[in-house]
Amino acid sequence: MSMMSDHQSNSLFSRIMDSNITYSFKRNPVAIISMVIFLLIAFAAAFAPLIAPTDPYDPSLYDILDSELPPAWTGQGDEKFLFGTDDQGRDLWSAILYGTRTSLIIGICAVLVQAFLGISIGLISGYLGGRIDNILMRFADIQLSFSTLMVAIIFLAVSQALFGSDTFNKYALFMLVGVIGIAEWPQYARTVRATVLAEKKKEYVDSARVLGFSPVRIMIRHILPNSLSPIFVISTVQVANAIVSEASLSFLGLGMPVSQPSLGSLISSGFDYIFSGSWWITTIPGIVLVVLVLVINLLGDWMRDVLNPKLYKG
Amino acid sequence: MKQDMSNHVLLELENLSKSFDLDHGFLDTLKFKKGRIVSEKRSVHAVNNVSLKIHKGEALCVVGESGCGKSTVARLVAGLISPTKGAIHYDGQRIDALKGKDLLPLRKRMQMIFQNPYASLNPRMTIQQALEEPVRHHNPSFSRDDVQDKVANVMRSVGVDPSWAARYPHEFSGGQRQRIAIARALTVDPEFVIADEPISALDVSIQAQVLNLMLEAKEERGLTYLFITHDLSVVQHFGTRVAVLYLGSVCEYADTATLFSNPKHPYTRALLSAVPQLSDDKPNHIRLKGEIPTPINLPKGCPFQSRCSYSNPRCSAELPVAIEQADGSVVACHAVEEGRID
Repeated sequence: MSMMSDHQSNSLFSRIMDSNITYSFKRNPVAIISMVIFLLIAFAAAFAPLIAPTDPYDPSLYDILDSELPPAWTGQGDEKFLFGTDDQGRDLWSAILYGTRTSLIIGICAVLVQAFLGISIGLISGYLGGRIDNILMRFADIQLSFSTLMVAIIFLAVSQALFGSDTFNKYALFMLVGVIGIAEWPQYARTVRATVLAEKKKEYVDSARVLGFSPVRIMIRHILPNSLSPIFVISTVQVANAIVSEASLSFLGLGMPVSQPSLGSLISSGFDYIFSGSWWITTIPGIVLVVLVLVINLLGDWMRDVLNPKLYKG
Repeated sequence: MKQDMSNHVLLELENLSKSFDLDHGFLDTLKFKKGRIVSEKRSVHAVNNVSLKIHKGEALCVVGESGCGKSTVARLVAGLISPTKGAIHYDGQRIDALKGKDLLPLRKRMQMIFQNPYASLNPRMTIQQALEEPVRHHNPSFSRDDVQDKVANVMRSVGVDPSWAARYPHEFSGGQRQRIAIARALTVDPEFVIADEPISALDVSIQAQVLNLMLEAKEERGLTYLFITHDLSVVQHFGTRVAVLYLGSVCEYADTATLFSNPKHPYTRALLSAVPQLSDDKPNHIRLKGEIPTPINLPKGCPFQSRCSYSNPRCSAELPVAIEQADGSVVACHAVEEGRID
């Protein structure tokens, strides 16, 4: 038995290595560079507490006298602070590491929420059809007619006023994940529904029905695994979108508080000083954000090209 | 005893009709005609008043040209779609109104084999998973070993090596896949199998293999078949009885031997004359004029009248009823009834 599972895992690994996706990845320098940069950022973010010289969440560790020091390479800076310090004397390098972590967590968790809602609703709506499909898709249309940012701004502003700033700041991360997650599910639901409509006409679904499997089983075990490629593609794009949404909301002061900055709130906190010469507080987190979103989008583009059945016959 | 067995009616279709609506919702039904807006609901009448009986141990072949409703009959019997009118009885029990859990015992007794073996197996499941799933689902009490044994047995019985179980469907040829699809249907030990053109997507050299496999399964397991096909030579080889379908209605329903030696309905004659024969240099085909009419607006009277060389005013006014002939075949034709055909 163990022989067999050994053989299977072996063939799974070799199947991944021999697959068309790996082949196309190896031949695409843009995808390789994007992947390397993304992995670097993700690694740095994941191990931020080990890499960062100070803990930016602890106000006792920074000194107001160190405030607005320029980056170390400019000459006027201090070697202790690689990227300089912000208006409170906080080390920008540590703040960026922690902020990237916060941004990535919010981006990925929000997409998980979106994916969960969108995939379940899309599967149900596509497979069952009829009135349920109509109702759910009209909900999606209504949701899509409001812009994500508008919904998020209204919701966050109202809850900030309702619970007070302190409580809001404590739960800001969950609020952001929830709001961005709920506001964007129709993207998933529509894509999944479209693939389900195409898949459910195939004979293997009929065959599963004749064998007496329950609709839930058919949806999850049979249709979902065959609709994964478009889900992968929109997931990458949506992670980038969610990070941007989070940054915009934080920039507007409705997201992460300055005491626990994300990339967006770092950019926002430096924005007040940009004309007084302290360009680094806004620019450096801004560059990190742009690079992060860019590589995720480039990876998404590459994945779409590979998984698009019209460009690629497998 | 054997006589008793063969007389037992396993499946009975009673005036079965199925129509598919073309216009969904109120807005679709509005049409602009002759300067006025009228509300009109169109539907495709795929199957009309089909009554058939299948005895235990038989292989009933349903033949007809494309679009005549053969596959719809198969899907109706399998419960994939529900009939608009009429009833389906299986072993004395009415099954067309059953839903969900009530259908489960029936699923074990009745299985279906599909036309396209490239689409009827889930591409993301290994053969092992695909075959295990129905066994587990219908026999929750089975242990791991029982399930393995069952799967291996079924694979051997269709001539697929059990050591290939870890492979995915795309690693097999069309014929192998169709045998695996048959194996999947046999995992639940059904007594009745619906086969919807199971060999028409296969290479000619593989067709005989799969057909013989199905015949073997019939002998060994005492299966009853509802076999949908458009290939008359397959019918001759496989079927015990034949139903000829035209535009969703049964024209002629007879024992295979009777039908081939003495076809009565003009459409059946035309079909049989179209089978290519090696012995005949200058074949004497009956050439049908025109096209099969659209199933949206069914002609009044006999569905075949527009192409029939024996049609007369009665045929275009009155729907022929199925009448049993002296040799046991059932024919729905005014000309046969009146003796206008020799």
